[in-house]
Amino acid sequence: MSLVINEEQNMLKSSAKELLDLKSPISLMRKLRDENYNQFDSNLWKEMVEMGWTALTIPEKYNGLNFGYVGLGQVLEETGRKLTVSPMISTVLVSTTLISLSKNEVLKSKLFDEIMSGNKLCTLAHEESSHHNRNVDLSIVSKNKEKFILNGKKRFVIDGSISDYLIVSANSEYTGILNLIIVESKSKGITFDNKVHMDSKIYSDISFNNVELSKDHFLSTEEDGQKILEKTFDIACVGLAAEMLGNIQQAFEMTMQYLKEREQFGVKIGSFQALQHRSAIMFGEIELCKSIVLKALQSVDSDSKNLPELASLAKSKLGLTAKLVTNEAVQMHGGIGVTDDADIGFFLKKTRVAQRIFGDSNYHLDRVAKFNNY
Amino acid sequence: METQLKVDLTDFRLETRKWLEENCPMSMRGPVTDAKQLYWGGRKGKFNSEDQKVWFERMLEKKWIVPYWETKYGGGGLSSVQNNILNQEMQRLGCRKPHINFGISMLGPALLKFATEDQKIYYLNQICRGEIRWVQGYSEPNAGSDLANLQTKAEDKGDHFLVTGSKVWTSYGDKGDFIFCLVRTSSESKHTGISFLLIDMSSEGISTRPIKLISGKSPFTETFFDSVKVPKKNLVGTLNDGWTIAKYLLTHERQMIGGIGETEKKMALSEVAIESIGITNGLLSNDSIRSKIANLEMNEKIFELTIQRALDEQKAGNNSGAVSSFFKYYGTELAMQKEELRLEVNGFNSTEWTSEESNNGVYARYFCRSKGHSIEGGTHEVQLNIIAKRVLGLPSK
Repeated sequence: MSLVINEEQNMLKSSAKELLDLKSPISLMRKLRDENYNQFDSNLWKEMVEMGWTALTIPEKYNGLNFGYVGLGQVLEETGRKLTVSPMISTVLVSTTLISLSKNEVLKSKLFDEIMSGNKLCTLAHEESSHHNRNVDLSIVSKNKEKFILNGKKRFVIDGSISDYLIVSANSEYTGILNLIIVESKSKGITFDNKVHMDSKIYSDISFNNVELSKDHFLSTEEDGQKILEKTFDIACVGLAAEMLGNIQQAFEMTMQYLKEREQFGVKIGSFQALQHRSAIMFGEIELCKSIVLKALQSVDSDSKNLPELASLAKSKLGLTAKLVTNEAVQMHGGIGVTDDADIGFFLKKTRVAQRIFGDSNYHLDRVAKFNNY
Repeated sequence: METQLKVDLTDFRLETRKWLEENCPMSMRGPVTDAKQLYWGGRKGKFNSEDQKVWFERMLEKKWIVPYWETKYGGGGLSSVQNNILNQEMQRLGCRKPHINFGISMLGPALLKFATEDQKIYYLNQICRGEIRWVQGYSEPNAGSDLANLQTKAEDKGDHFLVTGSKVWTSYGDKGDFIFCLVRTSSESKHTGISFLLIDMSSEGISTRPIKLISGKSPFTETFFDSVKVPKKNLVGTLNDGWTIAKYLLTHERQMIGGIGETEKKMALSEVAIESIGITNGLLSNDSIRSKIANLEMNEKIFELTIQRALDEQKAGNNSGAVSSFFKYYGTELAMQKEELRLEVNGFNSTEWTSEESNNGVYARYFCRSKGHSIEGGTHEVQLNIIAKRVLGLPSK
């Protein structure tokens, strides 16, 4: 497959840019943060739903647009540029992907309808420690063949504070099999401890205390829980990498602009070779990022067996490059770069959290080495 | 119409496959492990084996020494799609290139763009027959990174130029038959007084001296011109406008050097490391080296994708923005990091210089040679300057 986006995907990208330029400037993110960390702008979400973004990867069979992940990646790149505050990652990227891999047709139809319409938000509650791990300890006990009880604690749940549904990964206490279960956040026995992180987003620690479930809540069968979870995370890594690509391109462009405007010693600081060479190196690293993100997105759409490795390459490369670019961006802005008045610091803080989500570059480089048998 | 085309191409692939299978000698298949396995041609060209000769002659008869040039210039006249198929089929069997020559990779593209029709027919046909081994005369003792500062003078003497001066870093200068040279034909302005001349290395007044490198080898020479007569018809392009050709050619050179890792296939570093360091519970026994290898292999894989993306963008008519300076910089940077890491992976074995077991210190010498990658064809610093100014548009004051 040719490593370029096609005309339709390009149009989607342009329309996303157009909407976000107008409705989601970086100043909106600042405004929401200043409203005591508001996590949701209902007007913006309505516009995004109207653009069809919640339906992008949903198959036509369920009235979705079936536009694919290269398409979704273009939108995420644009939301990344604007630091857009929305449930795109939690609901559209992660939950929709997981649900579409499920064989539970009843839940699928219902959830897809609710997600596409924008009426319900959904997130995955999976992590249990400070580092990403694809195994879980949280457990469910079956009372009988129909009734189950969920106990334990999940951490760092993205958009946990605003989601209507939680998809929970939990092991059967007796069989050890991993299950994926969907519960309403307001169910009895669920309590939230909402924590603000560096990126001004809230991540929830969620406790499940004797939460009662029925068989209807299961998105996985006895065989496919781990498989669905693994694939969801691989795809989530790629989507998040696309958003990070937007983050770093924006930070880089803002910095280049600053180098062309700011004067010291009677000249533009962009004329200093010390800054020029570092800028040129960043340019190259970002070119590499564009290649791996597109390749990985394409591998999701073509259902390639290389997806797991490409996902890890994408997440590790973007993590490392985000670190390089946002550090340089703040440094090259000088004193203004470390003030809250300047937007550039938001990119530093945003990517430091994104680096951790779904595994950091250490996690993914380790995985790349394992894929290659060393 | 389109189906017909597809059928033809399938036929072409099958015919090509069959022909290669029947005509490429077994010893001419498989990765190149030694420079001797390549045939450089020219007046002094010698084949290193009977199979090498057979393979060259068969490809020559097929006009596949340069398969994608037009037939009137001695090429095979293949379309770019056909040429891709030929390359893929050659790679599939591991067929080596029958002939390597700077005339194909560097001078040829410049002649195609800037030479007169007579010059093209004469020189390109020679190149396609492997008769002339070309070398490049660009840098001078006082014109390295500042190439346009070159001083080798070509004086107009009516029916010929009289060339005096010296060139440095001429790759294989002692083995070349003809040199394509940047010479100064006017001192009025730095960039617009340069011309592009083709000079026969057997002319009276030319001599070369090898430059011994830290690797112990001498792939480069100094080349001296002492009142060398060069016919007027050997001028390519317009007088005093050679800088345009020079820049165009440098682009090709950078791409070639940037792709340096591909010319020789060596064992993957991770495999070497497993042999040399060992494995514990399925993981390489040294964590620090393991993560360095993973990091390098990540960048190598993604760099390859980036080359592919640039080609695809070009095909789609987009400007990818990733200029040749970036490919030269990044490709050589990765190749150098790899040689450095190879020393760490191989330990003491890697610093052996003369023993037979070490194949005459092949890895130590590769490492030393790699230090030149960030210098030749424009230093790292020059490439970064070009990206900063031409791509990023950063100001000069």
